[in-house]
Amino acid sequence: MAINLPGTDVVVVGLGAAGGVAVLPLTQAGLNVIGLEAGGWLSSRDFAPDELRNNQRNWPQSVQKAAQEAPTVRAFSNTTAKQGGHPMMNAVGGTSMHYWAQSWRLNPWDFKVVSETTSRYGASRLPAESTVEDWPLDYNELEPYYDIVERTVGISGKAGNIQGRIDTQGNIFEGPRQREYPMKPLRSSPFTEMMSDAARRMGLNPFQGPAAIVTEPYDGRSPCMYHGFCNKGGCHVQAKSSTAFSTIPKAMDTGNLEIVTHSRVTKIVTNRAGKVTGVEYLRGNEFYFQPASVVLLASYAYENTRLLLLSRSAAFPNGLANNSGQVGRHYMSHHQGAPVTALFPHDLKNWYGLPAQGTALDEWADDNFDHSSVDFIGGANLWAHTDRRPMTAARMGTFNMVSRNWGSEWKRFLMENADRTNSSYIQKTTLPYSHNYLDLDPSVKDPLGLPVTRITARYADNEVKIAAFAQDKMEQWYREAGAIRIVRSGLGGAMGASTHAYGGTRMGDNPETNVTDRWGFAHEVPNLGILGGSVMGTSGSRNPTLTVQALAWRTAEYLTRNWRSITS
Amino acid sequence: MAEKNNQSPANPSRRNLLKSASLVGAAVASGGAATQAVVGQNRATPVSQPRSREALEVLTAAEAETLEAITDRIIPSDENGPGAREARAVHYIDRSLASDNAASRDNYGSGLAAIDDYARRLHGHPFHRLSPELQDNILLTVIEGQVPGFNPSGSGFFNMVRNHTIEGTFSDPYYGGNQDFIGWDMLRYPGVRIGVSASEVAQGGDLAPAHQSAYDIPTFTKVIASTGRGGNGN
Repeated sequence: MAINLPGTDVVVVGLGAAGGVAVLPLTQAGLNVIGLEAGGWLSSRDFAPDELRNNQRNWPQSVQKAAQEAPTVRAFSNTTAKQGGHPMMNAVGGTSMHYWAQSWRLNPWDFKVVSETTSRYGASRLPAESTVEDWPLDYNELEPYYDIVERTVGISGKAGNIQGRIDTQGNIFEGPRQREYPMKPLRSSPFTEMMSDAARRMGLNPFQGPAAIVTEPYDGRSPCMYHGFCNKGGCHVQAKSSTAFSTIPKAMDTGNLEIVTHSRVTKIVTNRAGKVTGVEYLRGNEFYFQPASVVLLASYAYENTRLLLLSRSAAFPNGLANNSGQVGRHYMSHHQGAPVTALFPHDLKNWYGLPAQGTALDEWADDNFDHSSVDFIGGANLWAHTDRRPMTAARMGTFNMVSRNWGSEWKRFLMENADRTNSSYIQKTTLPYSHNYLDLDPSVKDPLGLPVTRITARYADNEVKIAAFAQDKMEQWYREAGAIRIVRSGLGGAMGASTHAYGGTRMGDNPETNVTDRWGFAHEVPNLGILGGSVMGTSGSRNPTLTVQALAWRTAEYLTRNWRSITS
Repeated sequence: MAEKNNQSPANPSRRNLLKSASLVGAAVASGGAATQAVVGQNRATPVSQPRSREALEVLTAAEAETLEAITDRIIPSDENGPGAREARAVHYIDRSLASDNAASRDNYGSGLAAIDDYARRLHGHPFHRLSPELQDNILLTVIEGQVPGFNPSGSGFFNMVRNHTIEGTFSDPYYGGNQDFIGWDMLRYPGVRIGVSASEVAQGGDLAPAHQSAYDIPTFTKVIASTGRGGNGN
């Protein structure tokens, strides 16, 4: 039997990018919050510039709870899913500890794909099997929350649209912002300057992207040191604005946040009336029951879905908040693959770069160009960034320039070209489809004997067409910059586990097609809120974290303002 | 930190390594590679002397000899400088087989034996005594799947060794390879630093190499924090 603990106002399941933000407005409003986190505390001392440990052996993820429950993956529902890797991290701060930290706002179009596409091109342009809906809110409604998260977490960047005033130093396609970023963007580099110059020769508008990395002393944290180990590494000077170094310490300062590390939530408990009463978790070898007036579920899309499906009860025989059958539906992982790789005839000086230090083109993202003459909707953001380490360089492709990838000829190739290649990062619009979903795997279990999440998903025609189109554009950009060889990767098949995971508990006004309402609370369970990419109904063509955090802040704030009605 | 780096023995030893590596190359070439199947015993002697004597933790002496010869064909010591042998990739692999790569121990045992058996059967000598040309031919035959005894395949075994040779040559020296920063110098990677200025970035591979392990930096040296003693005697 689980040990009963004293009750609290709110329990937050997972203290990552989403839960770590939500605890701040909750505790500032005076609510007592208990944060349950599967991982522990990490510090700057843990983040050595060590490529073998971080990038090859995947130390940030390898010893984690998430590793024991990695989802299984299959492209089609008539095949058996196989367990793969996972990119998530368990720690206070979660994946925000070691992520790339690109912190974009979505484009206004991403919130209204159905109505915008229909009015501009006709409803027939929406892919037939897509389950996409307009979000229940628009960009302008989320803008104040983007703004407060950018200030509180600490985001660097350059605005391209302040209240309608366009600045070509920033992204001229972004939605209107109320004000400039709180600090300047990451610095440029010889490589990003070269790529930006090439883009300008093509008549395009390159700009440096936004990052949750501070570029000047901010909130007592040091600016970025550009040491080159940001990718899958936590920051040794806390310049990366993980929630562990930004919002969580502030929430602790209120005295209203209690963090329980190394706790593994196994069930969300409900009563006969169908309301949540708390959560059950395992810590060490003891099970505990933590009663709470409100539960905020803030783990990854995979685990949010799994916990709901595992939390069956008399009121919810098919899983919590799933009497509609919508839990697990509308799953997407962002189409981040299909990169283009280029070889240049000179060194690029990228030994000390980072993934968030780059130059972007947004001309072919979202609906930023006329789609009348193409056969897809949406698009891609092109990102040319600096990021290189020795082993990564030694494992570079050889562009068919040597007969084999070992021996003296290959060694000579490596010595000449180690600093001459670049791989682009192309993020594409990904839509939800009826054939893409999450459920519980029928045979693969975690060490507790609970089934893991099963992903059934593949990229559809629309996504593959975007990928091919974007590769053309990326190749043209590299060629203009002087690339002498180009290799394009495959356009994409099965959708594996990704840090960019969306859907499973989609947000929308229609309870028959969505799990949460427009505020992030479950249609079927009024005192259960859901945070994270799992509530997002479209992906946009850029990283999700800032939108996840803006939504988390908004849900938490809504709770503080409507405490009586939500808990009555 | 900068003072420490200047005292490092890495630079002079790197020059010596380059010199001795090219001498070995010359000796092999003058012997007439096409006719001389077996290279003298001296070839198996490591060009770079370890700083102190160390035990093999996992591999046997014979396995280490075969493996060192394979790593030397993957990233050879040649006219362009030292390779995996001087970087002590085998030392890295041996250590890793006791830790992160422990699951590969059996594959190393059977795979190295398969290669050595094949060499003896075909040429009457152990693999590590054969000329580079014959060694390459055997490795190509292994990759093509024409040599028995691998689990699951010869190409799988070769790819694993290649992967670990890259790790042993280019990873942080803390893990037992990349001796004297040979791997990082080979790629003109200027080394691990805690901060890099724009002007340092602009120097690219011409920036003077830092020649330090991540764990030479006190911030990340757990031993100092827990016992008050330094990690590597610097």
